[in-house]
Amino acid sequence: MTGESLYPRLEPLLAQIQKPIQYVGGELNAQVKPWDAAAVHWALMYPDAYEVGLPNQGLMILYEVLNERPDALAERTYAVWPDLAGLMRANGVPQFTVDGHRAVRDFDLLGVSFATELGYTNLLEALDLAGIPLHAVDRDETHPVVVAGGHAAFNPEPVSDFVDCAVLGDGEQVVGDITDVVSAWKAQGRPGGRVELLSRLARVDGVYVPRFYAVSYGSDGAIAAVTRTRDDVPARVGKRTVMDLDEWPYPKQPLVPLAESVHERMSVEIFRGCTRGCRFCQAGMITRPVRERTITGIGSMVDAGLRATGYEEVGLLSLSSADHSEIGQLAKELADRYEGTNTSLSLPSTRVDAFNVTLANELSRNGRRSGLTFAPEGGSERIRRVINKTVSKEDLVRTVTTAYANGWRQVKLYFMCGLPTETDEDVLEIADLAVEVIRAGREASGSKDVRCTVSIGGFVPKPHTPFQWAAQASAETIDHRLRVLRQAINADRRIGRSIGLRYHDGKPGVIEGLLSRGDRRVGRVIERVWRDGGKFDGWSEHFSYDRWTTAAAEELAPFGVDLDWFTTRERTEHEILPWDHLDSGLDKEWLWDDWQDSLSEEEVADCRWTPCYDCGVCPTNGTEIQIGPTGRSLIPLTPVAGAPR
Amino acid sequence: MARQPDGPPPPPTVQKLRIRYAKRGRLRFASHRDLARTLERALRRAQVPMAFSAGFSPHPKISYLGAAPTGAASEAEYVEIGLSDRREPEAVRAALDAALPADIAVLECVEAAEGTGSLADRIDSSVWRVELPGVTLAELAPAVAAFLERDVVEVAKRTKNGLRDVDARAAVASASAAEEAGCAILDMVVRQVTPAVRPDDVLAALAAVADLRPPLPPRAVRAAQGRLDDSGTVADPFGPDRAARTRCQGEHAAV
Repeated sequence: MTGESLYPRLEPLLAQIQKPIQYVGGELNAQVKPWDAAAVHWALMYPDAYEVGLPNQGLMILYEVLNERPDALAERTYAVWPDLAGLMRANGVPQFTVDGHRAVRDFDLLGVSFATELGYTNLLEALDLAGIPLHAVDRDETHPVVVAGGHAAFNPEPVSDFVDCAVLGDGEQVVGDITDVVSAWKAQGRPGGRVELLSRLARVDGVYVPRFYAVSYGSDGAIAAVTRTRDDVPARVGKRTVMDLDEWPYPKQPLVPLAESVHERMSVEIFRGCTRGCRFCQAGMITRPVRERTITGIGSMVDAGLRATGYEEVGLLSLSSADHSEIGQLAKELADRYEGTNTSLSLPSTRVDAFNVTLANELSRNGRRSGLTFAPEGGSERIRRVINKTVSKEDLVRTVTTAYANGWRQVKLYFMCGLPTETDEDVLEIADLAVEVIRAGREASGSKDVRCTVSIGGFVPKPHTPFQWAAQASAETIDHRLRVLRQAINADRRIGRSIGLRYHDGKPGVIEGLLSRGDRRVGRVIERVWRDGGKFDGWSEHFSYDRWTTAAAEELAPFGVDLDWFTTRERTEHEILPWDHLDSGLDKEWLWDDWQDSLSEEEVADCRWTPCYDCGVCPTNGTEIQIGPTGRSLIPLTPVAGAPR
Repeated sequence: MARQPDGPPPPPTVQKLRIRYAKRGRLRFASHRDLARTLERALRRAQVPMAFSAGFSPHPKISYLGAAPTGAASEAEYVEIGLSDRREPEAVRAALDAALPADIAVLECVEAAEGTGSLADRIDSSVWRVELPGVTLAELAPAVAAFLERDVVEVAKRTKNGLRDVDARAAVASASAAEEAGCAILDMVVRQVTPAVRPDDVLAALAAVADLRPPLPPRAVRAAQGRLDDSGTVADPFGPDRAARTRCQGEHAAV
């Protein structure tokens, strides 16, 4: 019987492993629907550990949207840690869902959300544990259709051997369209087998089926052409965009795990998309245009979510939350509503802007002001013009000083290094900045008890951004710049002891770079790494740079390319990029012009407040900017939870 | 100057409630920290008027008593909560039970009676029932007998400070073997000593003295906790609270 629970076979294994709670399901707001009542069964996977995957908003939204359909059933599955994976193989227990403990193999679809490319080896591990053939071409109509989604799916070529389709853009509506196609095909008795099903899926807007496209390469190693192998699939696949977020107030019933997770709070997405135009930011490029939820829509999601979860903290999530057209009023009215309830509100890391301090003050009106995070990203004014995240050093110091003066004790500053055109001097300016921030902060707060944490990582160029042509800095360059930065910060101990430096070495970034801008040939590297024991590549204790470089050298050699070819090589204007047939809406010419502007340190303004500069998204996708203000306001209500203080 | 919270201090605790709950089924794999987090969120959803500590980071007043180990089920876990507003104990029990996952059952809730001492002082032992799938009574009974005959049975135990030898025998007040549906059952009363002796440690001791090695992972359930008296009985820790309440009701009746 399919859909049967594997729990009785799993339970004896759980007694022998670490953190068994992550595999038992039963989270608040989780659901297990009867198998036979649904026509279409979805297994949704986040390809990382449960503690990272459970809070993922995308997966939570699709889980709820699908389960609301009477004819569909959705359950969740996560990457299994090696301790349990070993026991599962020894005891013949396949990859299972945590909801109904059903075999992933029994589902019609396996949807995998890739927030980062470092999850690719975990996909292979899960397919193998599930008993699903690794290569899409080896699957028949009894196997689940493996669907990739998430931001990394905008270049799924490196995993195109292993997935059946990739979905571009927002998932809320396209999962329904896919469900309809699968449901009809099953009801008709599965005509034409798997190939027919995939060809029907390829005709759904936003769905890319790699096997219907052939890639050829030139003698220089670059792509010569990408051609359709069938006439009934689109030449270019476009992305999906959900308009009117108020109509999609998901998750309505956020999942609350028993186990500890990386986000012990509820999140409400206040808008989607960003047009600030930061040139390094793939999320800001591929999620355009900006679509705001209204203040009243946000207010009811916060209220309903708190009632449904019992969380005591709400994060107001987006790519740049302070840019919401009603954020000032929203912060004030939410703070009024939850004053004295022990419910706290927070904004994720923000742009360097005095207004953000005002907002954070409002949200922490009567709470502890521990840490505030800003993301200047670039160390010098020059490099900040290159990445189009302009803020003067003076404004930056003034903003951070204001934070200290308002009682914030710790400020965290996010930076990247290895940005295009960057030199040691650009990175060394981070040290000057931190020193100045501490000096000014001590003076403004009248206390030596102020801290500044500099958090820095290597930049990885991403597809569909103006930096998609850029040469990635080598691991040696990154490590060298981090070393000189550390020395500069520690030069004056009297100030340096108030500055913390958190950094990641350059090696994982190089592999992420290979996977981000790789083409189909990189699939062999991924498979080889997994066969050599690679998984959980996002975890330093599992990541092995040597395993990746060895695999890359050996598997890419027959093609005449190598790791450097994919990472530290600058692309030329007319090179066919592996993702050119996948359409994020952005014109390639506009991206190229923006790349050239970046090299001459020219800025571009935000199209929410200045005239359209023709990035291409709105006309291509038939979408438009949706922003307020709406003029509405939140009515006071009796908030849930906690006694008045 | 460090900021201080504006406004008056939080309201004081006006009522203490003592709660017994069970963790069953899949949630036997929840750790103490998992349960604490879950309980705090359930108290918020159930709108129990919790008392909070003062300061910028107020915590609800909850005291946890020694939790059953991860992987063990329990019918007798105890927690004490402080309320800022009085509530009927039974109403709190029902609301909390409804707000918690099905595998956590809130079994009893009593008001702490003044002057009857702390709950912790009324608990020094656990009653354990360990199912041993794949083991027969004929295998278990002699192993238990051999264990009880010894004065000391040291087993290696992983503690915060690394591996350490612990005497499993001294902590076991009584132990007996039984059988149900072909599965051997180990019933025992274990004193709560430091470092803790848990069912796993006793099973390790049975392996050491009689080479008893269950083919499948055993399933332990804590059936009760309380004070062990001279007759070998474990007393209900809510006894004094109930007695005080009965006495109090009796006085009202007399008036």
